[in-house]
Amino acid sequence: MAKLRLLFVKEAQASYISHLDLMRTFQRVFPRGGLELRHSQGFHPHPLISIVLPLPVGQSSDCELLDFEVEQDIDGTGIAEMLNEGLPAGLRVRSCYRVQRPARELALLRARLELDYDGGVPPGTTDALRELFSREEVLVEKRTKHKELTQLNVIPLLRSVEWTQEDALVRADVVVAAQNPGLNPALLASALTAALPQYAPDFARVRRIELYDAEGTVFR
Amino acid sequence: MDKKLERILPRVQKPARYVGGEYNAIMKDKTQVDTRVAFCFPDTYEIGMSNLGMRILYGVMNNMEGVWCERCFHPWGDMEEEMRKAQIPLYALESGDSIGEFDVIAFSVGYEMAFPALLNMLDLAGVPLRSAQRDALTPLVIAGGTAMYNCEPIADFLDLALLGEGEEQIVELLELYRQAKREGWDKAAFLRRACHIGGVYVPSLYDVSYHEDGTVAAITPRDGAPARVRKRIVTDMDKAYYPSKTIVPSTEIVQDRITLELFRGCIRGCRFCQAGYVYRPVRNRSRELCAQYARESVEDSGYQEMTLSSLSTSDYRGLVELCDELEPFCEQKHLNLSLPSLRADNFSMALMERLQKGRKTGLTFAPEAGTQRLRDAINKNLTEDDLLASCRRAFAGGYSAVKLYFMLGLPTETDEDVAAIADVAAHVMHAWRESASNKNRGVRITVSTSWFVPKPHTAFQWEPQISIEEYERRVALLRERINTKTVTYNWHPSPTSFMEAVLSRGDRRMCAVLEAVHRKGARLDAWEEYFSLPRWLEAFAECGLDPHFYANRSRAHGELMPWAHIDVGVSESFLMREHDRCHEGVTTPDCRSQCSGCGANCLIGRACDG
Repeated sequence: MAKLRLLFVKEAQASYISHLDLMRTFQRVFPRGGLELRHSQGFHPHPLISIVLPLPVGQSSDCELLDFEVEQDIDGTGIAEMLNEGLPAGLRVRSCYRVQRPARELALLRARLELDYDGGVPPGTTDALRELFSREEVLVEKRTKHKELTQLNVIPLLRSVEWTQEDALVRADVVVAAQNPGLNPALLASALTAALPQYAPDFARVRRIELYDAEGTVFR
Repeated sequence: MDKKLERILPRVQKPARYVGGEYNAIMKDKTQVDTRVAFCFPDTYEIGMSNLGMRILYGVMNNMEGVWCERCFHPWGDMEEEMRKAQIPLYALESGDSIGEFDVIAFSVGYEMAFPALLNMLDLAGVPLRSAQRDALTPLVIAGGTAMYNCEPIADFLDLALLGEGEEQIVELLELYRQAKREGWDKAAFLRRACHIGGVYVPSLYDVSYHEDGTVAAITPRDGAPARVRKRIVTDMDKAYYPSKTIVPSTEIVQDRITLELFRGCIRGCRFCQAGYVYRPVRNRSRELCAQYARESVEDSGYQEMTLSSLSTSDYRGLVELCDELEPFCEQKHLNLSLPSLRADNFSMALMERLQKGRKTGLTFAPEAGTQRLRDAINKNLTEDDLLASCRRAFAGGYSAVKLYFMLGLPTETDEDVAAIADVAAHVMHAWRESASNKNRGVRITVSTSWFVPKPHTAFQWEPQISIEEYERRVALLRERINTKTVTYNWHPSPTSFMEAVLSRGDRRMCAVLEAVHRKGARLDAWEEYFSLPRWLEAFAECGLDPHFYANRSRAHGELMPWAHIDVGVSESFLMREHDRCHEGVTTPDCRSQCSGCGANCLIGRACDG
């Protein structure tokens, strides 16, 4: 048996596959390639498979991680190629390897946030953004797991953010806390809309770029 | 991805069903094909993708070189609203292109309540609803599926309907279409040729006249169209295409598993059952081939659940042997087999035990009626002893939940028959007391009743549906009789069944009603969320038609039915005989015990496989 990890891309159509549906999808992908997933013990055995940092529906990512256990004793060689034969459009495995580091050591997430302005970016937007996110406290409304609304201060979870502007687009290169608790980069757009509605974008798009541990080393 | 779509998808429920890209979805280069088909299912993605017929014909059409068949489903209300607001026309999942630009828009229509969804899909695609408003050959709007055995209520909207099984006729039809396109025929010329393909029904080539009382006076073919259109079938199931390599949705659908079709048709001859008549004659797929397809499709899809499908799976000859053969494979692949449509009289506990590996959920049986007299009248050919014996075996084997399905309003039903449903439940309860292996777990018995809908091409096509008041009276009567806590009684106050009864035996004048109800906002009317009886009644009133004329009227045997020119292979005289025998309380043996001469074997030119 082996504990393996997949590094994969989720984009385009696949960005609309929900977390649960993605688990189901992978449960079917592995047997197609002859991999036998290990199952939990108990009355209703389920395959041992988990997604390290679930991606919100609609966002894309270059760096999703999925952990799984197989009955075979293998190191992951050739698995990426094999799985890529039969994945839905927009999913692509970059590599597969034995799990070396526990998922809890994943601490930071780099993402690209794009704000669309259909009528052109209002003058002063990037300055306003820089000012807004240099404050001590920027609150956004967020739904908890139990569907209640709470106020969240995004600043402590935001490690760095660089704003640039091009044509009808403002782009941010952000590094945020990944988990416990993490920050969904899309909330920066919500924060902007709430605090400075005159700069509210028409649409916000997020793509995860890279994962790091607490020291800022790439996490695999 | 389309920018407009990117904006709206985050706002709708389950966006994955609107983007395509699933494993095994077929992508072709649109510059390299000459015929593009939008294969539409007038219901949601989750329902449509669960339909085996869709998967078969998707494969068949895409196997044709030069043809690209793509899928299209009816969006849920939130998505429809967003699409209309953003002016996104209905698009096919594979290419994302608007289906209004396709050569052929083909619908698979399994039930009458999907008619409004069909119209709404045309509307969302920006395609004129009526065939007569579409002068050009393209887009050609066609439809197949079980509901097309009486497609008169939507006849004005279709250019043609395909009757029966589509595997062969769709290929012939598309080839003729390509010829028409190459040679520049106009639509009328194409339709005049198409009506000679077996199973193709071109409604516009038939004039329908009516008596003063509203019944059909004559159905007259024009321009050389055949007087009767006979359905097409696949004569040899071992040569029929099976989609072993099929789309695996990336989001959960209703039947999220492999469907292995064992045979078509049914030997039973239940008099109320449209499927039992219109899928005749019985044709088996060989056990070897079933086993092969099972292996191939599991290996290709990665699914770990497979259903052995048919109208009555326990009637498949060699079912036990097939399961034996598949068992080691199932074991190795962690594959769960499920068997729907088991009959309570030949239900094998040993088989269920093996298939259900630990999970002993509930069992479902459909006695349909409470007394032996009524079960005989509808030819259910199931005795209460059979049912109780099966229940005892199930309870002894550790099952603790049984669901029992009945219909109210069956022909000849009396209050005594209704009350007897409660007795059946009580007897099942008693059977549990006698034979349960573990009484501590208790037992759950669920009785569900539905409101009987008489269907065309059945022995009950002449029968009235009981009124809603009478239906509710019978429900109340039964509810009074069920007074133990262990028996739960479910019934639907469903006015949908009334409208289903109206539409299923509707005539061509109803097209105006469909158009009116569409204008008033009818769409996914198979869903209670969207169905509105007042809207339908208004539409009927506007068109000067009485829905009760269609649902609640007794027809005489001589009456010309609106579907009289549609031949499903079963003779009308056989249906009349079955109808008479119902009122005489006489049963008809199943096709395996004795052939009753329904006539459907004329479709295969030999005795059927019953």
